[in-house]
Amino acid sequence: MKIVVTVKQVPDPNSNLTLEADNSISREKEVVLDPGDECGVEEALQLKEAHGGEVVLVSMGPERAKDAIRKGLSMGADRGVLIYDAELAGADALLTARALAAAIKAEETGMVPPMLAELLGFPQLTFAKKVEADGSSVKVHRQTADGYQVVEASTPALITVTAAIAEPRYASLKGIMAARSKEIKQLAVADLGVEKSQAAETIEGVTDAETRKAGEVIEDDGTAVDKIVQVLSEAKVL
Amino acid sequence: MAAILVYAELNQGKVATTSLELMTKARELGDVYAVALGAGAKAAAARLGKHGAKAVHVNENPVFDDYIAEPATDALAVLYEKERPDLILFAFTSDSREVAGRLAARLGSGLISNASDVVAKGGGFVARVPYFGGAKVATMKANGKPAIVLVRPKSFEVSEKGGTAEIKQLELTVGEGSKRAHIAERVVEASEQVKLEEARVVISGGRGMGGPQNFPLLEDLASALGGAVGASRAVVDAGWVPYSMQVGQTGKSVRPGVYIAVGISGAMQHTVGMKTSKVIIAINKDAEAPIMKMADLGVVGDALKIVPALTAAVKAKKNG
Repeated sequence: MKIVVTVKQVPDPNSNLTLEADNSISREKEVVLDPGDECGVEEALQLKEAHGGEVVLVSMGPERAKDAIRKGLSMGADRGVLIYDAELAGADALLTARALAAAIKAEETGMVPPMLAELLGFPQLTFAKKVEADGSSVKVHRQTADGYQVVEASTPALITVTAAIAEPRYASLKGIMAARSKEIKQLAVADLGVEKSQAAETIEGVTDAETRKAGEVIEDDGTAVDKIVQVLSEAKVL
Repeated sequence: MAAILVYAELNQGKVATTSLELMTKARELGDVYAVALGAGAKAAAARLGKHGAKAVHVNENPVFDDYIAEPATDALAVLYEKERPDLILFAFTSDSREVAGRLAARLGSGLISNASDVVAKGGGFVARVPYFGGAKVATMKANGKPAIVLVRPKSFEVSEKGGTAEIKQLELTVGEGSKRAHIAERVVEASEQVKLEEARVVISGGRGMGGPQNFPLLEDLASALGGAVGASRAVVDAGWVPYSMQVGQTGKSVRPGVYIAVGISGAMQHTVGMKTSKVIIAINKDAEAPIMKMADLGVVGDALKIVPALTAAVKAKKNG
């Protein structure tokens, strides 16, 4: 079974985010393999360990996205593909999906996966918190608001996973060493035959979100409960 | 007048509340049409009419309930060719976004997701999209034709205004090629007594609750107030409570009369899902927690003592 995992590098969620002059989120700071993607890599490795095959990581981004791929390789993925082209900077979801689809064929805001499935002509099995695969079909438990659905399809298929699916393994020292010699193939727009069309959306401006004003803050000296009851009564929920 | 198409999501044959929220907005923007697919579509059409749909395109083929996204994408592509709407509105829910994503890729139009508002401007549409954890709002212009916008739940209030929608049968054959991701079984794990999104009072717990063993304290308070219990992402990720309870960017959006945040620091990931609540009360041991800067009432103290005392006081007041 050949499993492709799309991965991206994101600013470290544990660091403070800053904005660039063009209102894009700065990626100059600490960047890491997206923690959600890490769970996807883990699940792919487990499927490979159970059924054999190959795990390929595909990413689109600046050259530093290689670090994210390298992290996945050190966990045990076999090889990586990086789509890197200055022309693709600031690409929207559709262009990202087109480039990834082209790269995968050659080989969250959450909108890329269904677009990617459509462009690849694959069925989509999304929000999987459990995956079973046997080489010709897949079965997932798809997270829903009040439980889950059991969804089945034949492969090839596109799967997205939730953070509940698998606890990502730590890269071993051996894995980190091995990752250095694994191939990361670099592709540019011209290699993929993707045209950078007009973006589906243009940012016209950015404003600060309305913020709520701070209200009253009190120390609980034993009267806090009375105060809360008063607020609940005024709000007519009590 | 612009032609607005609303994708009405059906849950067990009933129109989802999020779709009715879209109707409120769509009425402001132009002539409203809706599409409802699967079991109950015709009954749904009557409901959508009361919310302002002039016509509702329906198809009750069970294939729409049994397979993920692809049959519905086929139906919308057929409908688009026929009606050429200027704007298609979807709720930013897991089922709708999958259909919207496939449709946008098929039509090559792209889309704007996670919007909190849509406004007509210069013959087209712009959407307001919160980003950067909700601290900033971008105004984005849809360049594609049709404009496809996905709107966050709870962005608009549901209100009835309309009459009787004309019901139009949407004729199409869903090919075998679209019957692939088959929903073989539906499992209900959490039977919520009061739905989180519809509760008048939501009491949410975070790390400050100390552990899953203390969540019954929140359930007691919720049942005394007739409310529902939510949670922060941190405690869901830690496995204390199920994902169905998560409030925030990657969970549910709520807009209750009163939101009580207990032991939740107030990361933007969380607040983006609850900051439009009418009244916010925070209970936290840390006076410097970000949640204190947005709460109408912030109480600095021990949640494990305050919550049971509050439950007792609420019960006493109701009985007295």
